[in-house]
Amino acid sequence: MTHHVDETGYEEHDPREHQTYDQLRATPEFTELRRRYAAFVVPATLVFILWYLLYVVLSNWAPGFMGIRVIGNINVALVFGLLQFVTTFGIAWLYARYMNRAVDPLARDLEARFSGGTR
Amino acid sequence: MNTQALTASLFIAVVLLTVGITFWASRQSSGAADFYAGGRSFSGFQNGLAVSGDYMSAASFLGISGLIALNGYDGFLYSIGFLVAWLVALLLVAELLRNSGRYTMADQLAYRMRQRPVRTAAATSTVVVSIFYLLAQMVGAGALVTLLLDVQSESLKALTIIGVGLLMIFYVTVGGMKGTTWVQIVKAVLLMTGTVLVTVLVLAKFGFNLSELLGAAAQNTGKGQPFLEPGLKYGANLTSQIDFVSLAIALVLGTAGLPHILIRFYTVPTAKAARTSVLWAITLIGSFYLMTLVLGFGAAALLDTGAESKVATSGGNLASPLLAEAVGGGAGSTGGAVLLALISAVAFATILAVVAGLTLTSASSVAHDLYATVFKKGAATEKDEVRVARVAAFVIGAVAIGLAIPAQKLNIAFLVALAFAVAASANLPSILLNLFWKRFNTRGATWAIYGGLVSCVVLVFFSPVVSGSETALFTQANWQWFPLSNPGIVSVPLGFFFGWLGTITSREPEAEEKYVELEVRAFTGAGAEAAVHH
Repeated sequence: MTHHVDETGYEEHDPREHQTYDQLRATPEFTELRRRYAAFVVPATLVFILWYLLYVVLSNWAPGFMGIRVIGNINVALVFGLLQFVTTFGIAWLYARYMNRAVDPLARDLEARFSGGTR
Repeated sequence: MNTQALTASLFIAVVLLTVGITFWASRQSSGAADFYAGGRSFSGFQNGLAVSGDYMSAASFLGISGLIALNGYDGFLYSIGFLVAWLVALLLVAELLRNSGRYTMADQLAYRMRQRPVRTAAATSTVVVSIFYLLAQMVGAGALVTLLLDVQSESLKALTIIGVGLLMIFYVTVGGMKGTTWVQIVKAVLLMTGTVLVTVLVLAKFGFNLSELLGAAAQNTGKGQPFLEPGLKYGANLTSQIDFVSLAIALVLGTAGLPHILIRFYTVPTAKAARTSVLWAITLIGSFYLMTLVLGFGAAALLDTGAESKVATSGGNLASPLLAEAVGGGAGSTGGAVLLALISAVAFATILAVVAGLTLTSASSVAHDLYATVFKKGAATEKDEVRVARVAAFVIGAVAIGLAIPAQKLNIAFLVALAFAVAASANLPSILLNLFWKRFNTRGATWAIYGGLVSCVVLVFFSPVVSGSETALFTQANWQWFPLSNPGIVSVPLGFFFGWLGTITSREPEAEEKYVELEVRAFTGAGAEAAVHH
């Protein structure tokens, strides 16, 4: 449990564990887990970063558009800002739902094999 | 009872409450996992509250509503960056870090790299980020107390800073992570309750009509519609616009690199609980920022925000407490006095909780990364390590007190933005490259951290924040050549660039081989640290 440093300066790891990790990484289930994680996270990250940058750019360089009033004193800038809240809540919720359904079962299965393999 | 006496007694109540919690928590803590990670036994919801408690600092509560009160819409841009940033933490960092680390930010690097160089680098940036952040909170505490007690005295400010410093040392040395986490939870509940109360009272003044509130704000400030549109603070010219983009980058990428936020993910038993923590944190922090919008515009609508007003001279920091006084019935009324005292006490609790979290983070990193691994080469016992962490908390507390007293003229928002910039430039690149790039290695990690850290600090030193402008630290001197006040747009790419350059100029088969372990562990939780059962 403690962090012994061997002469080479690395953390000491159990070689049997290393073997199990190696085997798990080579399984089709692990490849599938990585693929599923990336399938959600890569596009979602691109979307929220670009969406946020669009908001920053418009705030800076499109004051006319942002100043258009929608209802009463509520203008496009405020609606756009509030939409950033909506998308943040939405993406977080979708991510949790997706991970629960598509990724967690695979992770649980692989983790169980690891516990079995090193005991 | 007058306002000052009421405020003072509520402040004392907050102190007694948190001290009581700390003693209670200390009786349930024993080993290193308890001290550093609260035994990893907090639930996702509890940790979600604690994460929110760590994140909603005085800069958020007092700073953002103040910025909105003074600059209108442009203050709101901060809240959005601070919130969207949580998606980076949720999607890319929280769960993977929970599975691959133990106590500190450095753990997941040290898992596959040469321990001494990467732990030294990560501990350095942890301490630097935490000290900037600590200074901001302590300077804020000093200003808050003197302004609220209406005594303009330098010695009272210094006394407050010393008092806050001693309290944070106490929370950390006695309560460890368990005590600190409970202080955060209580603070988050107090802050949310206080904020909901004032928000509802403000909205009630305008018949729960947001449009009417905005109209009143535009009219009362005399700035008209531009007050409700972006551009008042950052729209002046191309430099200020690029400065805004730079700030936006630092805000959105900084959160997932803040050490005191990262180590919170170790306090839960599983990666799934870490995910739940972030979901709760996003919900609470998001609702909180929506309410600060109402508080900020409410202050603009109901208070005097002219150049000579108390709101303006405090840099906006007193907008929320004074707004509470106004909606409670105004100055001199009982309701006003009670609400002013209540919101001030909440702000004080906020500061105390955040400084405790920061001190614990730095002390843990000094003990676990520097002492146990770099000096003792892993031969220190857990008991020794925790003892050193307690000593480190004393030293860091003393250093923070020593720096905060002369730093009282520094702008709080600047210090926090700087902490975010360092976190985004020095920490985030090494964390992401380590988790997702097999080839990444020791030289890459140390270059990423030192490269991001040094470029950040150097650019700020040559920025208009430090010299050569009217609002600079040194108004008399001028060595400024870097035009932006936030370095993020340059230093974040530099952090990633140095990480890449260090990696491709060195070969380290061990790090690549161990990446297999790191990757499987991070994604599946296989072999991850388990909760401690008492």
